[in-house]
Amino acid sequence: MSNKILIVADYLNGELNQSTARAVTCAQQMSPTAIDVLVLCDDGANIAAQAAKLDGVTKVLQADNAANAHPMAATLTPQIVAAAQNGEYSHVLGPNTTYGKDLMPRVAAKLGVAMITDIMAVHSAHEFDRPIYAGNAVITVKAPEDQTLVASVRCASYPAASEGGNAEIETLSLDAELPSHTRFVNLEQAKSDRPDLQTAPKVISGGRGVGSEENFKIIYDFADKIGAGVGASRAAVDAGFVPNDMQVGQTGKIISPELYMCFGISGAIQHLAGIKDAGTIVAINKDPEAPIFEVADIGLVGDLFTIIPELDAAVS
Amino acid sequence: MKVLVSVKRAIDYNVRIQIKPDGSGVVENGVKHSMNPFDEIAVEQAMKWKESGDAEEVVAVTIGPEAAKEQLRSALAFGCDRAIHVKTDEPVQPLTAARVFEAIAKKEEPKVFLMGKQAIDDDSNQTGQMTSALLEWPQATFASKIELDGDTAKVTREIDAGLETLDIDLPGVITADLRLNEPRYLKLPDIMKAKKKPIEDTSLDDLGVERAAMLENVKTTAPPQRESGEMVDSVDALVSKLKEKGLL
Amino acid sequence: MEYDVLIVGAGPAGLSAACRLKQKNAELEVCIVEKGAEVGAHLLSGAVFEPRALDELFPDWKDNGAPLNVPVTRDDVYFFTSESKATKMPNAFVPAPMHNEGNYVISLGQLGRWLGEQAEALGVEIYPGFAAQEPIVEDGVVKGIVTGEMGVGKDGTPKDSHVPGMELRAKYTLFGEGCRGHIGKRLIREFELDKGVDPQHYGIGLKEIWEIDPEKHEPGLVVHGAGWPLNLSGSGGSFLYHLEDNQVAVGLIVDLNYENPYLSPFKEFQRFKHHPKIAQYLEGGKRVSYGSRAIAKGGLNSLPKMTMPGAVLIGCDAGTLNFAKIKGNHTAMKSGMLAAEAAADALASGGEGGDELTAYTEAFKNSWVYEELYASRNFGASLHKFGTFKGGALNYIEQNWFKGKAPWNMHDTTPDYAATKPADQCTEIEYPKPDGKLSFDILSSVHLSNTGHEEDQPCHLKLTDSSIPIEHNLPKYAEPAQRYCPAGVYEVVEDDAGKPRFQINFANCVHCKTCDIKDPSQNITWVPPEGGGGPKYSAM
Repeated sequence: MSNKILIVADYLNGELNQSTARAVTCAQQMSPTAIDVLVLCDDGANIAAQAAKLDGVTKVLQADNAANAHPMAATLTPQIVAAAQNGEYSHVLGPNTTYGKDLMPRVAAKLGVAMITDIMAVHSAHEFDRPIYAGNAVITVKAPEDQTLVASVRCASYPAASEGGNAEIETLSLDAELPSHTRFVNLEQAKSDRPDLQTAPKVISGGRGVGSEENFKIIYDFADKIGAGVGASRAAVDAGFVPNDMQVGQTGKIISPELYMCFGISGAIQHLAGIKDAGTIVAINKDPEAPIFEVADIGLVGDLFTIIPELDAAVS
Repeated sequence: MKVLVSVKRAIDYNVRIQIKPDGSGVVENGVKHSMNPFDEIAVEQAMKWKESGDAEEVVAVTIGPEAAKEQLRSALAFGCDRAIHVKTDEPVQPLTAARVFEAIAKKEEPKVFLMGKQAIDDDSNQTGQMTSALLEWPQATFASKIELDGDTAKVTREIDAGLETLDIDLPGVITADLRLNEPRYLKLPDIMKAKKKPIEDTSLDDLGVERAAMLENVKTTAPPQRESGEMVDSVDALVSKLKEKGLL
Repeated sequence: MEYDVLIVGAGPAGLSAACRLKQKNAELEVCIVEKGAEVGAHLLSGAVFEPRALDELFPDWKDNGAPLNVPVTRDDVYFFTSESKATKMPNAFVPAPMHNEGNYVISLGQLGRWLGEQAEALGVEIYPGFAAQEPIVEDGVVKGIVTGEMGVGKDGTPKDSHVPGMELRAKYTLFGEGCRGHIGKRLIREFELDKGVDPQHYGIGLKEIWEIDPEKHEPGLVVHGAGWPLNLSGSGGSFLYHLEDNQVAVGLIVDLNYENPYLSPFKEFQRFKHHPKIAQYLEGGKRVSYGSRAIAKGGLNSLPKMTMPGAVLIGCDAGTLNFAKIKGNHTAMKSGMLAAEAAADALASGGEGGDELTAYTEAFKNSWVYEELYASRNFGASLHKFGTFKGGALNYIEQNWFKGKAPWNMHDTTPDYAATKPADQCTEIEYPKPDGKLSFDILSSVHLSNTGHEEDQPCHLKLTDSSIPIEHNLPKYAEPAQRYCPAGVYEVVEDDAGKPRFQINFANCVHCKTCDIKDPSQNITWVPPEGGGGPKYSAM
């Protein structure tokens, strides 16, 4: 069985997105005969070079096209379909970034095949686990082996492939008719002083233990120090310390930052529902029996009002 | 302008799902089902267009068993003019659903086809994109704002990098994200009126839909439990662990 | 909108009434409003079900798929003498009302859903997601109800989404809101329906459904118990019923006339499950559901007048539960059917409604419901007076020797809330910590009730005087709301300066009504939150 895998690269502002490196790691688990990365840019040399350095990549295909100055599903899809068919790839993967989520289903439909969203575990080249019901259940699915397999990789489940590779970069000329029905207008990049809670890679949260609206300043200040978003538990919201849109949990936001540090949060199940997919959970609480310590990766028992200033000093 | 909006019957978002002990799926019998929340947002958008006069007719469609009529009645109570029920008891995966919607869209010829960005049961986030691919229409997913302009529309989308605005020709498929709007409460008089609005029954076979090859559901299990990690006894220990992981 | 009959509450009483109305006269316009998101969402009961009323309502229920799938195979009654020991009551000593041959172990939620389907097939209009907020009373006549407003913010100002309440009028309105219905409570007061009867007495029922090891599952096994842990500080009883699909329903009913304000019904329930006789079934199993609801157990001596001009109280809204049998579903159904017959007859003879359906009261007095309630009228009171053991023995004598026609009548005239003693006269109860396998904390439990409410709405738990919890209840009674609420709604938290503050987490509310019943100062009034909120029980 020949598993020739094509990964569609995701990039922004001239830089390869780390999600691509994570997709490579996932692909490595599918017993690949080759892992090629497809870079669709107007001038993809820089991005192709970054992709070529990833361990596990066989070849990088640089398919420049003026239309790719602003990547859109409508214009990328015909190019990917052409590359996939010409190269006779058995698998076409993308990351589960909004770029990949928007794009890959269109590719699958054009190829006439089913798609698997959010691969979180690989059992074989055609059997995977994916999350359903907001990650409250996991379904194992098997894709037909006589068809091209299109999927998105759940990046949070895979570490980035290391850099040590030296893959060949091939310029690809794709003969694909591109539609004109979709046009890029603009991109307003999030430029607030504090990263958005929903998508921030680092989040600091405060709970009832913070004690008051005024005391929350200590949380905001530390978050700003390390460039994190700020969240809160339901108890803190109900007590009036912070507004409702900062609530993390079952009835608030469900987030998956790489680092989640919570202070004075007991860890009720409703809160845990909001952070179960976080990368590393760090908990600081005065109560050694707080349920949060049962799920935290790193726990520290102590008074947040002493600990945060110490943390602040340590990262300065 | 005619608007087509698709809605899906899914387990209510408040319900804690229970996985069947034999791993064959999730317990659905006797469990509260509702309209997929993202689809409610799509229906609400269609209603706003009706109220502004941009849409003359809004048609709701669903694929599902007889019980799914409940969701069509909700859509009609929102204000949709009529509904189409593609009745089936078989499981329908996104590509087959897209083929159904392609057939319906070709029949109804809407200017805009709206739906939620994903269903909260399957979480595939594929059907809108696939439908627009089959129709060879533009797609604008994760919409948080839509501005109609005759034969085109400007759609602002929530993406990882921020807010992206696309200008698309119509007809097109637009999928709704959370911040597009807040769905209205259904009023009792509207629910009563909805009983008299027409629902047309049809089927995959009536529409000539070829079922796509499916992903086989091998088993459904609980997600891996987060195990407790380690306790540290000082801030220094904590900081060095985080630096080791490249998180600080 | 005017209907012939409007019914408040899609419970066994309301649904049976609706079906019976349509059976008597298919032309009648009948409407049910239900605050739960769907029929069954707010239904919770043990339950061992006596099919008597269902046999009358739908004689062909078996062929039509009524969810009575588990006949009772065995009745075990225990007296739990300590946390590890129990004495099984020999069959001969179990009072007649506690024998369950011919009965079924059911889920009231499932039965409710089935009754709802029958009702809709008969042409009844059912509107879930709409709470009846207030009665319409004009010139002393009940003319219908007004549904609750939607889209009001936390601060009381209407939001953009605001939808005003709607008037639903009817010739007769049947109130089947269940135990301590908030409109029922108000009508009882306004029409003085409880003049001359004992105050109503209540219990709080807490229930969980567990998926257990198939080896341990015995469908149809019914276990009832009394004694530990409640014999220490209160009274009540426990149950464990084997359903189908390897599931069991396990629960505890705590009488709300308990004296010790430190008693936590939730924690009593959690520790109860550790008793070996109960744990033997649950060990290795998985908890799938949790819920709670107050029950009206005062029986005949507390039954108010059920009619007023234009309206009738049916089911537990009046208090038709037979506590000696611990069954209220069949009596609720029958009371609904009788009310329906009276209303249908009155309308058939050209009546315009608005009058008192005295024919209902007559029919009720001549029915088997009355006979049952009469026979068990002393049960609750004798337990209150003599405690579980002697009271239970007295009940045995009354039921089995006198066949319910004992020459004495026992009355309990102290309302449950007034039985609470000051905290300084009681000892704090030390409850064991939950082990996370058999027993659990309150928030993980509430999680399994699927309860939710729109958070930006006014708090539906109204305090007549907002200073009472901290300034009166806390010093005098250690604010028992923190403990009697089975959903963790009420907390006393210390602010930054160490000052106590009463926090109401209304979003957790499971609509059990215990706070309305047990607040020693009667300062809390439960009113419906936005329709559709509250629990979404699957099959409770």
